[in-house]
Amino acid sequence: MVGKYLVMIYDNEAKWAEAGPPAEEANHLRHQEFAQANGAALRGGAQLGGSDSATSIRSDGNGGFVVTDGTFVETKEVMGGYYIIEAADMDEALAIAKQVPSPMGGVEVRPIIN
Amino acid sequence: MTLTPAEVASAIEQAHHQEWAYVLAATARVAADLDLAEDCVQDAYAKALVHWQAEGIPRRPGAWLTTVATRRALEQRRRSAVLERKLPLLVPDPVDNDPQDGGTGMFPDDRLRLVFTCCHPALSQESQVALTLKLVCGLSSAEIAKAFLVKEATLQARITRAKQKIAKTRIPYHVPRVGELPERIDAVLDVVHLVYSVGSTAKFGDQLSRPDLARRGLDLARMVHLLLPDSAEASALLGHLLLTQSREAARVDDAGRLVLMQDQDRSQWDGELIAEGLELVEVALGQPPVGRFGLLAAIGAVHAEARRWEETDWDQILGLYDLLLARWPSPVVALNRAVAVSYADSPEAALEVVRELIEDPALATYPYLAATHADLLRRTGQWQAALTAYEEALTFTDNAVEAAYLNQRLDELRSR
Repeated sequence: MVGKYLVMIYDNEAKWAEAGPPAEEANHLRHQEFAQANGAALRGGAQLGGSDSATSIRSDGNGGFVVTDGTFVETKEVMGGYYIIEAADMDEALAIAKQVPSPMGGVEVRPIIN
Repeated sequence: MTLTPAEVASAIEQAHHQEWAYVLAATARVAADLDLAEDCVQDAYAKALVHWQAEGIPRRPGAWLTTVATRRALEQRRRSAVLERKLPLLVPDPVDNDPQDGGTGMFPDDRLRLVFTCCHPALSQESQVALTLKLVCGLSSAEIAKAFLVKEATLQARITRAKQKIAKTRIPYHVPRVGELPERIDAVLDVVHLVYSVGSTAKFGDQLSRPDLARRGLDLARMVHLLLPDSAEASALLGHLLLTQSREAARVDDAGRLVLMQDQDRSQWDGELIAEGLELVEVALGQPPVGRFGLLAAIGAVHAEARRWEETDWDQILGLYDLLLARWPSPVVALNRAVAVSYADSPEAALEVVRELIEDPALATYPYLAATHADLLRRTGQWQAALTAYEEALTFTDNAVEAAYLNQRLDELRSR
């Protein structure tokens, strides 16, 4: 029996902007290396558009919606990508999550409930 | 020979104290569910009350209790398999690595798994402490809540949340892999240290210490050292706690007043605990690099080796604090180092260090900062400032024995 986990990558976008395209390219390579090394555990993953491309939708409490520009919660670090991994247990999931490249922030691990 | 109910009760109390962790740890593996395991173990202790009265106390109480508890766990699991459980189970080890003989010849010793699961870094430290006291020490929610001055409902909710996180995120019931081991052992030792510290100097109440909790901390340190004999830090922590505990009888006088280390009657220090502690410190220091508890234990050893206060080797203590502060910086360590500075160098030099620490928000309500500041001001003859600082320390102190000490100092200063 195994479990699935969502690994959310949180990054400081300002730091990326400062570092520029060469740093982003280097990071792409690191993600490719990560994916190759952990291919057996990976069930999905993607990079997301920046927070300036985010749109949030909240219920207005009367059956309608309020659509706003921006992320759902405003924070310094925003979710910039994710992986779905499969692992025997939390220790294995954390060991894989520690290898996810996230030089401008870190990751959050959540179990996916079946 | 028939046993009196009192004899049976005392045998059960002893088995509760000595065997709880062993019985629960073995049962949890079979039950694959912490709540179920707890219920089954409680039930086994209740059954023991009846059976031991009728049949006598078994030669191996722990094995008897484990047999009864695991049998019930298996029955319950079979029944719930029919009902189709919704909650994920405690993740067992896929391979049963080294099922050692726990001394009973019947069940492997699973206590390490239990300790590592309770002290998993994915749980908050307050949850780790609560789970350890509940599952490893067998304390009730009411007892734990009282020790930490929180409502029992709050404490119960904390434990429930932690158990749910263990189940939902599949925190495994196993001893960590070698690569993770040092970090994971550190988390366990931090919890044990915290339990002892909370017991050794009570934050509130009319007693200086809570001996029951301090003893639990010591028992835990002994158990962890026994289960991890190769860990230098586990040896060091036990050594550190034993050396601290060795001074226990001298910390309060016959009238219940606080006695500072400099005024303690060292003949009251427990020689046996000191001897055992020093031996452990030597073992720990023989395995460099020396860890955090190794350094703390070494400081305790310097105190233990001084026959009189005046013979204390403050240069060595200061050196050890310097190492501690360089590698594991914390405002509390910095404050303790300042005390060492006051004796190795001068109270004036220590005052300069303390003045910087007063700016640190992490220590804003730490009673020992104001108390240390006050003592240094007193030792340098700044009476008025000392008075103000003692008054400040008093406002942060909820322990009656410590408050009485501060009041005594205040009275002395006021009558100058």
